[in-house]
Amino acid sequence: MAYSEKVVDHYNNPRNVGSMDKNDPNVGTGMVGAPECGDVMKLQIKVDPVSGIIEDAKFKTFGCGSAIASSSLATEWLKGKTVDQAMEIKNTEIVNELALPPVKVHCSVLAEDAIKAAITDYKKKAVAESVHA
Amino acid sequence: MKLPIYLDNHATTQCDPRVVEAMLPYFVENFGNAASRNHSFGWVAEEGVENARKQIADLIGANSKEIVFTSSATESNNLAIKGVAEMYAERGNHIITVATEHKAVLDTCKHLEKQGARVTYLPLMGDGLVDLDMLRDSIMDKTILVSIMYANNEIGVIQNVKEIGAICKERGVLFHTDGVQAVGKIPVNVIADNIDMMSLTAHKMYGPKGVGALYVRRRNPRVQISAQMDGGGHERGMRSGTLNVPGIVGFGKAAALCNELMATEMEKHRVMRDRLKAKLESSLEETYINGSMTSRLPHNLNMSFAYVEGESLLMGINDIAVSSGSACTSATLEPSYVLKALGLGDDLAHTSIRFGIGRFNTDEEIDYVANKMIEVVNKLRELSPLWEMFKDGVDLSKVEWTAH
Repeated sequence: MAYSEKVVDHYNNPRNVGSMDKNDPNVGTGMVGAPECGDVMKLQIKVDPVSGIIEDAKFKTFGCGSAIASSSLATEWLKGKTVDQAMEIKNTEIVNELALPPVKVHCSVLAEDAIKAAITDYKKKAVAESVHA
Repeated sequence: MKLPIYLDNHATTQCDPRVVEAMLPYFVENFGNAASRNHSFGWVAEEGVENARKQIADLIGANSKEIVFTSSATESNNLAIKGVAEMYAERGNHIITVATEHKAVLDTCKHLEKQGARVTYLPLMGDGLVDLDMLRDSIMDKTILVSIMYANNEIGVIQNVKEIGAICKERGVLFHTDGVQAVGKIPVNVIADNIDMMSLTAHKMYGPKGVGALYVRRRNPRVQISAQMDGGGHERGMRSGTLNVPGIVGFGKAAALCNELMATEMEKHRVMRDRLKAKLESSLEETYINGSMTSRLPHNLNMSFAYVEGESLLMGINDIAVSSGSACTSATLEPSYVLKALGLGDDLAHTSIRFGIGRFNTDEEIDYVANKMIEVVNKLRELSPLWEMFKDGVDLSKVEWTAH
């Protein structure tokens, strides 16, 4: 099976690889998937608490090229968006952008799940912070 | 050195130019039907076929008359198993095979199960070998056939065929083996190995695709099988259909070459394989060999690179042709059933790569492959959250994953 040019590009030059301090109150971490299934994605966002804008995003992915590309693309899209805008990102947009074939749609689903998990984690922390304050 | 490098010789092999040369006259000049008994066109074709039959028989210590030509090893497996099940139906309906057989054996057995046969699928021990005591215990009064492959196509593990054959002989059960990965690569002798039937194919031993054979023993015991196709009664009634003369001639030449080169190639490939293994193991931590290293084809290496998914690894080494036990490409997302049968967790099965060295590989290629593998594994580990967790001392088996 041939990969699309965009998938190959993200695989060869993955954007925003790395990790942020998951204990930082402004960082939300989402980890989805399982090693037995052949993919695990870790996606992190760093949110500016004042503006609510995602100022940084990082990922690490264990999975096929399409899974790596989906999460790499997600980090690109997340930066500069507000948390609410980020919640709107749909897996189908990732499928279209990367021209994923049907057998790889699950990679995009996983990326959407990772985004939502990271935002949920961030919001949970924000609530905890405000309770503290 | 030319790219891409082919290191997937368990899937198929390059046709040896000497084989092609031997085949060529049988397309245009000697195009006759080997079954035409009344003119020279037929006689020449028949001579080519009989010469090839002898070359193949010589490679496995058989008699020419015991070689039945087919279209593939898949057909040979079908013919052997269904042919015996049908012929010996009055004696019994129980077949024993192994969970890691090729689909051509497993699905044939499943087909027979639907028709009322009973099939025992033996598990493997952790090193990929069949437990002989378990085999002994599985043989019943109604058992008519044991089908166990000579060497596995993924992990290259060579079974104790001689002992398996001896057990079958002692219990009066026929023994069939799928020999495609072993024949031509390591010494196989149907007499010494107590084999009653063996499936072969040309394209795994530097011959053409589309031609296979089934060895069917004629003495001690005389094995009888029911034909699975009706027609002109070719191949002593066991397999009708006009013979693929050029293919058969190529198969014969391929067998003769393997016979001639075997000792040299075994040693050469073993050295190359061990070199690849040593390079990978010395530069990368957390690598695991799948299957026994002592009872293994000299040209096979199957290794898991923990925390790196197999398909992404293949993508990074796209100028090298190998295969992975990870099945992210298939709709099922199930990793290799062979590796799972060894007791390997799905996580490690997803990270495995199979290397198959062949006649046309060079030391330079092996070094290139080793270096490229090391580079890509390191790159992907930098990208792997599992590698990061492992390095942080997290016990991955204790993590609650959100399986999807």
